Amino acid sequence: MDFWIVQTLNGISFGMLLFLLAAGLSLVFGLMRIVNLAHGSFYLLGAYIGFTVIGRTGSFLLAVVVVPLGIAGLGLLMHRFLLRRFQGAELSQVLLTFGALFIFADVSLWYWGGYSQVLPKPAFLAGSLTIGTIVFPAYRIFVIVTGVVVALLSWLVLERTALGSMVRAGVDDEEMVRGLGINTPRLFTAVFALGAFLAALSGVIGGPFVGAYPGADFDVLLLALVVVIIGGLGSIGGAFVGSLLVGLIDTLGRALVPELAMFTIFAPMAIILALRPRGLFGRI
Amino acid sequence: MSGIGLALGLIVLAIIVRLLPTYYIGLLTEALILGIFAMGLDLLLGHTGLPSLGHSAYFGAAGYTMAILSLRLQQSSWVSASAGLVVSLIIAAIYGLLALRTSGVYFMMITLALAQVLWGIAFGWRSMTGGDDGLPGIARPELRALFPWSLQPPANFFTAVLIIFVIVVAALYVLVRSPFGYTLHGIRESEARMACLGYHVWWHKYVAVLIAGGVAGIAGILFVYYHGFVSPAELSLVLSAEGLLMVILGGSGTLFGPALGAIVVVFLRNLISAYTERWLLILGLIYLLVVLCAPNGIVGAIRARLPGWLDREAEA
Amino acid sequence: MTSLSIEGLSKNFGGLQALHDLSLEIQPGERRAIIGPNGAGKTTLFHLIGGQLSPSSGRISLFGREVTKLPPFRRAALGLARTFQIITLFLDLTVMENMLLAVQALDSVRFVLYRPLTGYRNIVSQARSLLEQWNLWEKRRTLVRHLSYGEQRQLEILLAVAQMPRVLLLDEPTAGLSPVETQQVVAMIQHLDPSITVLLIEHDMDVAFQVAQQITVLHNGRLLADGPPEAIRKDSTVAEIYLGVE
Repeated sequence: MDFWIVQTLNGISFGMLLFLLAAGLSLVFGLMRIVNLAHGSFYLLGAYIGFTVIGRTGSFLLAVVVVPLGIAGLGLLMHRFLLRRFQGAELSQVLLTFGALFIFADVSLWYWGGYSQVLPKPAFLAGSLTIGTIVFPAYRIFVIVTGVVVALLSWLVLERTALGSMVRAGVDDEEMVRGLGINTPRLFTAVFALGAFLAALSGVIGGPFVGAYPGADFDVLLLALVVVIIGGLGSIGGAFVGSLLVGLIDTLGRALVPELAMFTIFAPMAIILALRPRGLFGRI
Repeated sequence: MSGIGLALGLIVLAIIVRLLPTYYIGLLTEALILGIFAMGLDLLLGHTGLPSLGHSAYFGAAGYTMAILSLRLQQSSWVSASAGLVVSLIIAAIYGLLALRTSGVYFMMITLALAQVLWGIAFGWRSMTGGDDGLPGIARPELRALFPWSLQPPANFFTAVLIIFVIVVAALYVLVRSPFGYTLHGIRESEARMACLGYHVWWHKYVAVLIAGGVAGIAGILFVYYHGFVSPAELSLVLSAEGLLMVILGGSGTLFGPALGAIVVVFLRNLISAYTERWLLILGLIYLLVVLCAPNGIVGAIRARLPGWLDREAEA
Repeated sequence: MTSLSIEGLSKNFGGLQALHDLSLEIQPGERRAIIGPNGAGKTTLFHLIGGQLSPSSGRISLFGREVTKLPPFRRAALGLARTFQIITLFLDLTVMENMLLAVQALDSVRFVLYRPLTGYRNIVSQARSLLEQWNLWEKRRTLVRHLSYGEQRQLEILLAVAQMPRVLLLDEPTAGLSPVETQQVVAMIQHLDPSITVLLIEHDMDVAFQVAQQITVLHNGRLLADGPPEAIRKDSTVAEIYLGVE
């Protein structure tokens, strides 16, 4: 019984990690109709670079702040110089992100080698919490808290700020937003960079328990896609619910039937596609 | 082009190839097999306007089924290969039902996710699929009834693959000129207009998915016989991406374009892999280059200069 | 039996009521023009009849058969054809290919995968005769994208006619055409088989009065007036909304 409670909490913490990842993907898609296949690469680079930064400076805090900013910069460049000019040509944009995915994957392999790296946890989060008979790592609680905080912040920004309403309006009707005189290209680049920031953040934070390894970008991309398919596109709420669902299903699935974990991911995706193709909270 | 001239040309080709070093025969074999894969993908992408990013699913599913049946269940080649084709059609039937609930970029995303799930299953289900290590030791079939020579020597296997390639090309040639083919083109151009004219658009798309899946399955089976080995790479995103590149480089919506693209990509991959391990990086860069510079591909560029040369005829 | 019957049709988009409780009955062979200022709901009406939109309430029937919930392709099988305000043709296919697609649409031939379409002489000759009738045969190998705007408009009507419809909806068929081209389209419509019911949205009053036997005026989603051209011409409320708007 305790085992299942721990697995459930693991699932929730993994779900929160997925939320950081999927929120960016969902927004970028909702606003610009770009399926960024390199989104998982942002995770991977975040994890690997975070590993290097912590290795050289010993500071987790530094990594958490600096690395996502750096990857956000990378995202900004990628959108500004590669993707922006193809706005509207969806297949071309997808192919460009395909190219980026392979480039990042190979460069990571080249620089960091084919080894799995697990980022070290910061000392102050290395312990565990004991409630009754359940022992749960403090770090995972940190991840859950971070996820919830980011979710609340995103909700606040989207619902209560001018920037947020521009984004929400843009998701609903991009032409209209442009007609209102808002500089959509710049808005898009900003949101794309934000997505990259969150993905890299999830890489650094996820590093200590998911790790960084060749192929993590593909694995994480798949999970993010499934989250977005289930939760619906263009919706932070959908990304939140979808991430929790997928996080729980994946973790419990691996605990129950380790060899067939993929089937457990497939089932909810198939059900949603069959019954409600736009996802649970899809806005598009 | 007269049929007799074409047949003679093919016979000459088959003879010339036998004289080449084994390495080149192998490359050409692989190029033809992946050419079949790419033409199947192009039926969806270029002819119907359905951008499938997960086409390797049908390729690998057929390959794995055939391998598992012949290795683990000791089935004959006929049974294993047929089962492989049937499984690729079943996967296409299921995936088609799910993916066609959506369109556009959403469709792209879902086809990718569905294929990745299959890849994950192959990777994780070690007891059945051998996981990351794959399944080695698959023997080429002895199909004396159809082909009286052994398929072990590379030149013979090449000839068999060439025959199948020609059959697939001929079938697609007929399909693209048939009423069904015209319908697919119409759907690609304007679904709204097709619906108004009275076409059941979804059904035509679905059949296209099934056919494309079956063609990919045929390629997958040939591929596994060629290498004698199957692994998750046959279900991978990299393979889907290479297929897509072949279609784009060769020119989507044409008949031969994807096959030409396959030859280019296979030769390029082998050439580059001889000098460096960084094929994936180069692949990515090629992708960027192609999108930025030549969105219509090689054949598309030719077509622009010689309208009608590689085109389907419009009417009598 | 009426060819097209609309009962209590309403459509609202969120807060915007585009059509309000509209009822119309159109007889077989009738030529009716639907006119009204912008925003009156004319194109919405066509989208509802065509099946591109679903009504918020009300019923639509074709030849006595209710079609309210049927998708566009099933309505085509019942004899409905239409053109769109924004040209909806297969731009990157040739004129002949466009026509072949229209002609084969309701023929069982369309399911064949193993024989070239060009081998079906009846389909090809039907396509040919339609194109020849309207002087587009010489341009049969041209991509539709490269036709003049007027020729594209004509082709779109031809595609609808090729379906051998019983009810034809034409949404602003002369929009953007020169006076000569407009008269060509008017001639086209006047030469249509008299058994075909034609519903026409028009902004050009001359065209509407030339072609129609019956005119329906919509305003703000409601039926304002309905009657033969001379009666509408003299109707003061109609004049008011037009004078007020123009």
